[in-house]
Amino acid sequence: MSDSQQHHQFDPVAPNAGEDFEPTDVFDDSDDFDLRPGADSCYKCSTCDTNCPVAEVKDDFPGPKFQGPEQWRLKRRDDDHSVDDSVMDCSNCMRCDNACPSGVPLSQMHNTARGEYVSEEMNKLSVEYVRNRLLANYRKSAWLASKLPRVANAAANFGPARWLGEKLLGVTAEREFPDFATETFTEWWAAQGGAAGSKERAREARERRGEPRDADKKVAYFHGCYAEYNTPEVAKALVRVYEHFGYEIVVPEQGCSGTPMFANGMLDDARRDAEVNISSLADLVEEGYDAIASCTSCSMAIRQEYPELFDIDGVDEVAANTFESVEYLRIHEDLEGELGDADVGDDLAAEFAYHAPCHARNQGLDRQAVELFGDLDGVGVEDVGDSCSGISGTYGWKAEKYETSMEIGDEMFDHMEGADGETGMTECPTCAMQMEHGTGYDVRHPLELLEAAVVA
Amino acid sequence: MAIDSEVLVVGGGLAGLTSALAAARAGADTRLVSYKQSTLRHASGLVDVLGYTPDGDGPLADPFAAIPDLPDSHPYRTVGVDTVREAMALFDDAVPHYRGAHTDANALVPTHGGTVKPTARYPAGASAGVASDDRDALLVGFEALPDFDAPQAAAHLDAAGVPFDVRGATIRFPGDLRTDAKVTRYAKLLDADGAVPVDGRERPVREALAERVNAELDGEARVGFPAILGDDDAAGVREALADDLGAAVFEVPAGPPSLPGLRLEDALFDALDAAGASFETGNPVVDFDADGGRVERVFVEKNGARIPYAADQYVLATGGLVGKGVESDRERVREPIFDCHVAHADDRYEWFDDDAFGDHAFARFGVATDDSLRPEADDGSTEFENLRAAGSVLGGYDFAAEKSGSGVSIATGYAAGNAAAEETR
Repeated sequence: MSDSQQHHQFDPVAPNAGEDFEPTDVFDDSDDFDLRPGADSCYKCSTCDTNCPVAEVKDDFPGPKFQGPEQWRLKRRDDDHSVDDSVMDCSNCMRCDNACPSGVPLSQMHNTARGEYVSEEMNKLSVEYVRNRLLANYRKSAWLASKLPRVANAAANFGPARWLGEKLLGVTAEREFPDFATETFTEWWAAQGGAAGSKERAREARERRGEPRDADKKVAYFHGCYAEYNTPEVAKALVRVYEHFGYEIVVPEQGCSGTPMFANGMLDDARRDAEVNISSLADLVEEGYDAIASCTSCSMAIRQEYPELFDIDGVDEVAANTFESVEYLRIHEDLEGELGDADVGDDLAAEFAYHAPCHARNQGLDRQAVELFGDLDGVGVEDVGDSCSGISGTYGWKAEKYETSMEIGDEMFDHMEGADGETGMTECPTCAMQMEHGTGYDVRHPLELLEAAVVA
Repeated sequence: MAIDSEVLVVGGGLAGLTSALAAARAGADTRLVSYKQSTLRHASGLVDVLGYTPDGDGPLADPFAAIPDLPDSHPYRTVGVDTVREAMALFDDAVPHYRGAHTDANALVPTHGGTVKPTARYPAGASAGVASDDRDALLVGFEALPDFDAPQAAAHLDAAGVPFDVRGATIRFPGDLRTDAKVTRYAKLLDADGAVPVDGRERPVREALAERVNAELDGEARVGFPAILGDDDAAGVREALADDLGAAVFEVPAGPPSLPGLRLEDALFDALDAAGASFETGNPVVDFDADGGRVERVFVEKNGARIPYAADQYVLATGGLVGKGVESDRERVREPIFDCHVAHADDRYEWFDDDAFGDHAFARFGVATDDSLRPEADDGSTEFENLRAAGSVLGGYDFAAEKSGSGVSIATGYAAGNAAAEETR
């Protein structure tokens, strides 16, 4: 019997507001992902679609509204529909989350759909799968390369090797591989005395600042893969800035945050590393540490993707106590006051063309660097606009996605070239790659500028 | 510690943006926080002040003249007609691509449904389309963009008795974008004048589009398109098409997702940036601390982390029932952040009228304020001495029926922002 046939039974004047009202449990309690309730919050305004950088340039991408709520509604009726392969064209920028006025968990739906597609539809022997798995597990290759960084640097950018990479694996030959540092961050950290050394330096800093020697200022640093193997200078800047403000730092055991794995639908890989990360961070949070990350995609994964996708002990506590590293200082320290008295010399006394990473946006951080350095003497930070850089981690490394990636990036490149400076700035390592690739600018992290300004 | 500012505005719609802009221009250190991206991309981009009286009389020729006769409870009466004018002047200054400031009279702008809406301001892109213009018009729709049915809109306008001949034509957009291509896809392609395949040959999209429209044009002096004509360079797109067509070109404002709304959002954020204000979006304000009658700080929630934001003065611009600045359940209607009093009947069956288009009480739900826009409790006392409210979170008016939503947001936003900045001096 259809709803309309029952209509006469509904009497709006005499509601059943009595004591015997029993709300019906529409959705059963099951551990499987069922995103239908979230899908039902979608009222089809399509605002998410207007935020999608891929749909803006790519004709055959149906956009986040389809990938999310529409797909989950279709799938509700059992096995009639498998996940559409266009989900692999989503770059996981997660901008649609920030767009939805109705609280639909779009990126959670996309991550889940992509995971299902890869596990059930994708051929595990295909070049695409192997390539994606390699890219998603960047940490493993980076670990290997860091053992012989100079050889790795030469080999990775050896012309014929790049050509082969494209032909055999579908990794674009257009991009140059990032350099591996000759000393990883954790090697440097150990040489500085690790946590014990940090505790000593933080105490001295607190004394110098007139704070109690035993003040409860301690953070656990999630450096991520890129600051470990490629840009340890960012991680070192974080250490020096935090110790300057009197924080004791520990660097817990950690794997990849999972960002490239989510984007490639490798949810088992992501879970494996998430278990390591949550386990070590949860213990520290329990001891009163807050967690900080210098990469905005790492902080995004821990804060949002972990609790959305994984039911691991301590996941919510870790998410609620994780912060982006500059954000944390803005909350707890008088950064504005300190920067008001500071000036910057050397090569960092410059005009910066700043790009806000998409993953910083959902954390409300897209204007942080511009605001923070607005009054810093000798420095200018210009926001190059709200477009996406287009690389989205591993996305722009795929040969078949390269053109789309560059087309998305065009607007940012134009705005960077229109800005005063010829140095870029961003929090995200892969956005930095794209900025450099598109303009040739050197790209710095806000922590490096903060270090130059406040650490004597 | 907390993230500090002098004036903190909660909400990123027209009211929030206007109050932050007014406060920043008045010299206050101002910050705007918004749960999600601005809702302006849901808006048509038309900025009305008052189209009809609360009794349904209209369309009004002069919205400003009608303000003194509104009921006492109306937000326009709280701020007064002079403030409404000052606020519109701020808007005109901040958003130079808007038209309509040359007169007090309402313009009549055709909508994508073929109705005619009385509005005080409209984007320059809509100006060649106004219904008081007696030049004949051709409306052009695209097969793959069903939201705008040009022949139907034209027939509606004709039935409404517009003083010109109007005809609609549906064509295929050159390059045949996918059936549900996003409005931003059209806009980006036109902005960049990208190449599209037409009859086996790559052609610049503007020229190819003009060619298809030319085939339909029969001497009409102006051509209306759905509002997809560019984003960053909308004026350039219109100009190029007008040159190729030998006719004026206008956009017909659309429903969500709306490029005119998106362009308005960009213009207001640019103005806010230029005025030196800080802003951020993505996370909701969920709670606050108060000491005596003052709000001490509010908390922004990010996945369970509560980030404190402190200010001397606060503006609540979180929207109405749709924007979730006013919420209801079976028992009561409430303002969710500060729990400011929202008057409503105890029996929820009195909240609405049985007639779908009747006089609904819920349409006027919202907070009541004193003369300085500070929300008042049930007994008429001030809820918090440093909290003001602006826009749809205010009660006492039905913006949908009156066509006053934008004007009330701008006027009360301006008044609240200025008053907040004044207190910080």
